Amino acid sequence: MNLAQREPSPFKTYDEPERRRWMSSPFLAGMLFLLPSLVLFGVFLFYPMMRTIYLSLYLIDTQGEPLVFVGVENFINLFQSSSFQTSAKATGLFVLYTVPIGLILALVLALLANEKVKGIGFFRTMFSSTMGMSVAASSVIWMFMYNPSIGIMNRLLSGIGMSEVQWLLDPQFALMSVAAATIWMNTGFTFLILLGGLQNIDQQLYESARVAGVSDWYKLRKITLPMLSPTLFFVTVVSLINSFQTFGQIDILTKGGPMESTNVIVYSIYKDAFINYNVGSASAQAVLLFFCILIVTVLQFKLTERKVHYQ
Amino acid sequence: MKKVELINFQKSYDQRTQVLKGIDVIIEPGEFFVLVGPSGCGKSTMLRMIAGLESISGGDLFLGDKKANHLTPSQRDLSMVFQNYALYPHLTVEENITFGLHVKKIFKKEQKMRCEEAGEMLGLTDYMKRKPKELSGGQRQRVALARAIVTHAPLCLMDEPLSNLDAKLRARMRSEIRQIQRKLGLTMIYVTHDQTEAMTMADRMMILNGGEVQQIGKPMDIYNEPKNTFVASFMGAPPMNLIHAKVKGSSLVVDEQWLIPMSESIRAAAQLNEVTIGVRPEHIQLANDDEPGFVVVVSNVEVLGTETLITFNIGDKKQWIARWSGQWNLRIEQPLRIFIEDQHLCLFDAQTGGKLDGSQDSSFLNKEWITI
Ligand SMILES: Nc1ncnc2c1ncn2[C@@H]1O[C@H](COP(=O)(O)OP(=O)(O)O)[C@@H](O)[C@H]1O
Ligand SMILES: [Mg+2]
Repeated sequence: MNLAQREPSPFKTYDEPERRRWMSSPFLAGMLFLLPSLVLFGVFLFYPMMRTIYLSLYLIDTQGEPLVFVGVENFINLFQSSSFQTSAKATGLFVLYTVPIGLILALVLALLANEKVKGIGFFRTMFSSTMGMSVAASSVIWMFMYNPSIGIMNRLLSGIGMSEVQWLLDPQFALMSVAAATIWMNTGFTFLILLGGLQNIDQQLYESARVAGVSDWYKLRKITLPMLSPTLFFVTVVSLINSFQTFGQIDILTKGGPMESTNVIVYSIYKDAFINYNVGSASAQAVLLFFCILIVTVLQFKLTERKVHYQ
Repeated sequence: MKKVELINFQKSYDQRTQVLKGIDVIIEPGEFFVLVGPSGCGKSTMLRMIAGLESISGGDLFLGDKKANHLTPSQRDLSMVFQNYALYPHLTVEENITFGLHVKKIFKKEQKMRCEEAGEMLGLTDYMKRKPKELSGGQRQRVALARAIVTHAPLCLMDEPLSNLDAKLRARMRSEIRQIQRKLGLTMIYVTHDQTEAMTMADRMMILNGGEVQQIGKPMDIYNEPKNTFVASFMGAPPMNLIHAKVKGSSLVVDEQWLIPMSESIRAAAQLNEVTIGVRPEHIQLANDDEPGFVVVVSNVEVLGTETLITFNIGDKKQWIARWSGQWNLRIEQPLRIFIEDQHLCLFDAQTGGKLDGSQDSSFLNKEWITI
């Protein structure tokens, strides 16, 4: 006789209606738990996003009410406007200035701060301190530093015998000046994440390398960077997105000027929507920026997939 | 092959507490030397100091005939296997094995040859292109071993290399490591907390406790002649049974219940009020009718197939374990009459734990145990 048949099944079998009730209640409970974040995301993320895409396809009056469906006309207008092209170029340059330098700077600082030296805690705190500072506060600090007459920058320049520079008023320098301030502001965050990544690397890997006797440079290339690659990838994505969306320091330091040289897209969106009351154009720019960031991020995932070593 | 000599070897991490309190030992060329002790006793510290990964706070280290206190790890010409293997997760098995060989001016061709040789020795040939995470625990362990072998360093250090493996694999790797060490003639310093590993692998071993050497010697000598109660209770599974006894007049009294008459010679040697008696589990026998014995009550029985472990109460608080070969079907609470030959009784100083001289001579005890 088959023993298995005599054993009562450990699982209760349900009739159809009963089973559906049994399944639906955990589902409902799960949804209930998700509800707060669903509502928050819905109200503050999904709805505005949909609304923006919707608005970008309409001609809109100054009150923000959509008048006529115009399809992609807003986008065509944008591509033909020289102002938008300047904006796009400024944004691209700004990302190019801030992201690579910011990352390398933070990486170097993190590598230094990861050494076991007396009093390293002090430097770790200093290097990460900009994270605790608001954009507004740090922008004001930099505004003073860039001030043509009383700022430290010009005093330094004149100290080494060079002519003074109108940091924020010269179209040649304004974008770079804002970029420098931005790098300083973002370093704290990037530094902290990278330091965390470094400290997560198994020390025995380095000890094993010490026994083998390889050089520090070899250790950096063959152990540290590969082991840090997931963290590096993460901060690169975040920094890129952050950089594309920079707004606060531009609003405070240059207001998009001089001669639109720092009028990055986010600032241009703001001006179009709230100063020129051209909500259609602003929405179209927002949509373009969104897809631009999306494409860059997806590309990054695709291109670096093979180079990132998740454990 | 390389001689390793430690002279008054000391370590302190915080300049206050001594982690190693002056260790002297000479490890002969080609020797398999095991460093064993409970967790936190300073084994890893000592190994890492020999490797050069920790600074030496006091004393001298000689590798070969050269003073090595201030040499960097790579200058000491040794290889090391870490407890969690320290494999590079982003490199293949082959790249892991040959990592850093270029520093020793070994050309690519020679590297490849050595790698293949080591891989063959450890059965890794089919896995050369895999990443560590695609290997089982035992295979990772082999990669770590291969990495130590390819350097052709005469001295190999291992820090609990088998502790992450399951019992069966551990037993196999024990013998494999031992065979490789013999074949290559390596001087090996092997750290473990597992007394079985120490007993089965060592040519000689050092038992360490609280940063102090307890005993150095061949496994069997240490097993048979433990220098103190710590060594006695640390080595052997199950360990040596110990119990306090009071010296009363011409006898030893155990827990107010058993009286062991002492001979003249021991009374001279043990001028103490209290001693500790030690007996190995395999030396506790069932008493024959004509032998004097004393009665104990069985409290647990573990039948292991070829042998049986019998736990019984002795005195009020203590439990002893006896090991009898064969399968014994005993009831719990069953009374047994046990007997221990005099030559198998060890006596230790109850205060210091040190072995009392002459306690191994069978002459010092009278033949009879008397139950009060
Ligand atoms: N880097 C360190 N700093 C301070 N104390 C340490 C350090 N490493 C180990 N110790 C201390 O030294 C003692 C011995 O440690 P260890 O050599 O790792 O023991 P074992 O390997 O025998 O388990 C422990 O008490 C431990 O707390
Ligand atoms: Mg250890």
